[in-house]
Amino acid sequence: MTIELIANLSYIVSAIFFIYGLKMLGSPATARKGNMLSSIGMLIAVVAGLTHQNIVSYEWIIIGLVIGALVGGVAARLVQMTSMPEMVALFNGSGGAASLLVGWAALYGTGASVDSGTMSGLAAQVSAISGGAPQPISAFTAVTVILAILIGGITVTGSLIAYGKLSEKIGSGAVVFSGQRIVNSLLLLALLGASVMLVLEPAPDSVWFYAVLGLSLLLGIMAVIPIGGADMPVVISLLNSYSGIAACAAGFAIGNNILIVAGSLVGASGIILTNIMCKAMNRSLANVLFSGFGVVKQGKAIEGEVKPISVQDAYYILEAAGNVCFVPGYGMAVAQAQHVVKELGEILEKNGAEVTYAIHPVAGRMPGHMNVLLAEADVPYEQLVEMDEINPRIENVDVAIVIGANDVVNPSARTDPDSPIYGMPIINVDKARTVFVLKRSMASGFSGVDNPLFFGENTRMLFGDAKSSIGGIVSEFGN
Amino acid sequence: MDIVFLTFILILSIFLGFELISKVPATLHTPLMSGANAISGITLAGAFISAGIANSQMANILGCIAVALATVNVVGGYMVTDRMLAMFKSKTGAKK
Repeated sequence: MTIELIANLSYIVSAIFFIYGLKMLGSPATARKGNMLSSIGMLIAVVAGLTHQNIVSYEWIIIGLVIGALVGGVAARLVQMTSMPEMVALFNGSGGAASLLVGWAALYGTGASVDSGTMSGLAAQVSAISGGAPQPISAFTAVTVILAILIGGITVTGSLIAYGKLSEKIGSGAVVFSGQRIVNSLLLLALLGASVMLVLEPAPDSVWFYAVLGLSLLLGIMAVIPIGGADMPVVISLLNSYSGIAACAAGFAIGNNILIVAGSLVGASGIILTNIMCKAMNRSLANVLFSGFGVVKQGKAIEGEVKPISVQDAYYILEAAGNVCFVPGYGMAVAQAQHVVKELGEILEKNGAEVTYAIHPVAGRMPGHMNVLLAEADVPYEQLVEMDEINPRIENVDVAIVIGANDVVNPSARTDPDSPIYGMPIINVDKARTVFVLKRSMASGFSGVDNPLFFGENTRMLFGDAKSSIGGIVSEFGN
Repeated sequence: MDIVFLTFILILSIFLGFELISKVPATLHTPLMSGANAISGITLAGAFISAGIANSQMANILGCIAVALATVNVVGGYMVTDRMLAMFKSKTGAKK
């Protein structure tokens, strides 16, 4: 009894650490400390969790801990900064899977025995309230178990699909077929039906259980495939929120406070973050989730002539430029060009130019993705400017260098009401005096939308790998 | 009574979560997402119980996998977040 009390008090302490940690993660100066605090909170919660009275053997726990720590640690250490978004998607998926399994196991843990000593706290108390009937688990517990399985299941497969799309292991385009909504609605109905049946008769070997499990895994896939790769940041953020909710449901299923508190903190903050990202793209969440970006509605095809430029000519223009603005996108991440970009930035500064880096809120595959990469390359914080800051003075920019960005600088968003990205705020590089666009080829962007910027009067295309192109310019300066 | 109590906790935590995140610069969105993601690995504390209870071998196996997956989430999530934030840190440190 006293151990249980101490464990519960520790949960309160760890909740405080989580809250402070999240709070401090919101400001650049304290973020790292905040993450540290939150990990201390996790450590406390884990140790407290280990003292639970129902635990009689530790071998399975130790095996799981060792395997998990090894896999997670190695993955976190080896991952490239540029593939961070995929990694977060995978971690998120494994968290969702864990919640699913906790829900699943709760069906066994409370189902096999009527001995309240082996029942989890809440289930025992609930069945005591309901007259101590010998029913395996209460309806309330069954509902929360199903929620954990359902949300966990959607999170797992959804995250895996998001991972596949981001790492381009599967096609990143939106997969849309006719009758998709009908299929999804039927799926949802079937899932609800199976859930109700499982609540009425909760048992781990019930066919309804397998139906709920299978259908939620399927729903996760179906929910994410129609969303185009360019919208994946929003999806990951939303799935992050789901994995919190799943943990929260698992917490209800086994009557554990800290799971409920931490899970709902993550759930709520994830939804807020999702919302912030949707606002940055000027779209509603429903629009992101259901529109089948870039496929349903195709903007008008653009015709015109592109004007390529050589590295040497680019150098001559840059040498004379007094105000240069870099606009990085996912292409910079792919080409690992952030270090040479920074090098060029320094040279230009020495050459007397004012250098800025304009970061679109959804550039890259995650919000803040570009900030992380440029931070890795030691670009000074003051040179990073946000979209709202650069747009009013973009006319004064002599050369805007677009590195592997496409959709976030596509003027169609301003001018073409038929374009799928119409209405999305963009960085208006087309209004700069000269625009260099660094691109591997003429392929359209991640969203599959054509970009009239490439045909602009003041646009010069510098084809080739961004890293070697920039490197070429840097060595021209050296000569 | 207990359900009411737990729901009470739930609602308050949700409001707290909304309040905590409302003002965050875009720079920190990725680390914040990844840091919050690590916290969702809290399901680990629940997985222990499934992995360690006496009455079902199946629950133990499921629990063991759950512990492993949640640990991946926790350890990986915190380390990755720290790696990202370390870069911000070194830069602001160099500036001062």
